[in-house]
Amino acid sequence: MTRYFTDEHEWIDVDGAQATVGITDYAQGQLGDIVFVELPVIGATVTKGGEAAVVESVKAASDVYAPVSGTVTAANDALGDDPALVNSAPEADGWFFKLTLADAGELEGLMDAAAYQAFVAAL
Amino acid sequence: MESDEMSDQTQNTSDDDIVDEILELPLDSWHRAKGARMVPFAGYSMPIQYEGIIAEHRWTRENAGLFDVSHMGQLIVSGEGEDQALEAILPGDIMGLAEGKMRYSLLLNEDGGILDDLMITRTPTGFYLVVNGAVKWEDIGHLREYLPDEITLNHLDDRALLALQGPKAVDALERIVPGVRRLCFMEADSFLWGEEPLWISRSGYTGEDGFEISVPASHVEALAYALCVQPEVKPIGLGARDSLRLEAGLPLYGHDLDEEIDPISADLSFAVSKRRRMDAGFPGAVPIINAIANGPKTKRVGLLVEGKMPVREGALLFAGAEQIGRVTSGGHSPTLDRPIAMGFVTAAYAKIGTSFEAEVRGKRVPVQVTAMPFVPHHYVRKGAAK
Repeated sequence: MTRYFTDEHEWIDVDGAQATVGITDYAQGQLGDIVFVELPVIGATVTKGGEAAVVESVKAASDVYAPVSGTVTAANDALGDDPALVNSAPEADGWFFKLTLADAGELEGLMDAAAYQAFVAAL
Repeated sequence: MESDEMSDQTQNTSDDDIVDEILELPLDSWHRAKGARMVPFAGYSMPIQYEGIIAEHRWTRENAGLFDVSHMGQLIVSGEGEDQALEAILPGDIMGLAEGKMRYSLLLNEDGGILDDLMITRTPTGFYLVVNGAVKWEDIGHLREYLPDEITLNHLDDRALLALQGPKAVDALERIVPGVRRLCFMEADSFLWGEEPLWISRSGYTGEDGFEISVPASHVEALAYALCVQPEVKPIGLGARDSLRLEAGLPLYGHDLDEEIDPISADLSFAVSKRRRMDAGFPGAVPIINAIANGPKTKRVGLLVEGKMPVREGALLFAGAEQIGRVTSGGHSPTLDRPIAMGFVTAAYAKIGTSFEAEVRGKRVPVQVTAMPFVPHHYVRKGAAK
């Protein structure tokens, strides 16, 4: 399994054609206390760079973009009862949704962990 | 009593030589040293949060939170007959305001629209006004224009303003400034801290007991330090300030109040004193008295939101297909652990218990009109057991 990162602070774990998407620890730190997450419905198609979910902190609502195009196969229901999981475990139990990749070629150009770390350090 | 989005910049200018300038408050470096995340607000760089909005909100409800509100305008109106002069501008009973007592009041335009909301206190040397930071320059211009020449307006721009709010605020402040405990809600007096003159009122913007402290800017950092070493006190940012005042049902200028909204629609008729309704000698008196007599067309109400999704400022309110209002403030209530909102609806839908819907990102969410405050106030009133 390989983890990639976007410059919009999403992470994506890819295992063959299946992928899991969430927001990074840096992103949750910037957003602050998360109080609500709106997830895509299963079966929805998402487009790379398009709006896929909404994450709401105490202060504001923010869009979460799809790192790659695909079809949503699962949404993290645990976030309904406990949206703060995004704060406490953003890159594990606080995942947002899973999808089937439409085009594995879209992974090119995403960052690996070291590149993302350098990207965040420069912000 | 606050305006501007957290992200607001100072006024734009078309002159390329002048860059948008975000000013620093006297406590700027102190906030940064305390780990604050700073954002532009009302033209100043201000702390939005330190450890986190929910934690800071809860700390204030249970202990004592220290807020830097030095961006607000502190003004003194003085001169012979200044109370009478102020009554030509404000709808409150200013002449009947005793020394050391404070009152909530409003600057109004001729249509009865609200230019700003403010606190006014009679002091031994004149009236002390605290106005919103984002409109303080407009307020000063308005007051200069409408006050007679023999009345003096002083802008105390060499003073900072701190608010200490929460059930333990009195214990912490009494230790540093003995005597403050004798003040009741909406009373104020001068105190000495070492050799520094403080003007302290028992008031605030959170619904909790607490104090607002005017201090020379040169000494505000030392005072903030002295307060924050008290075990009850932590610094609190603008984020929690906003969620606390929303729970307390207190309107925020620039959001819940503006020039298009009159005090009666805004459920602030208490700020239009009985005697002033008779004399009608304040700006906008005719439309305002008319709204009192006939009832306003729209009303500010509190809304409980079903589910967990926040309903925020700008969300439209619907009864079926009919748009009946608009949300002016809304978000997550840390105390109630649910979304709450404030907004304006046509009068027919303003009764407590009325249900309708808010629209968020194309989806409808049920909401119900509820009494405000959402979370009970805990003021220490005169005559009540302390």
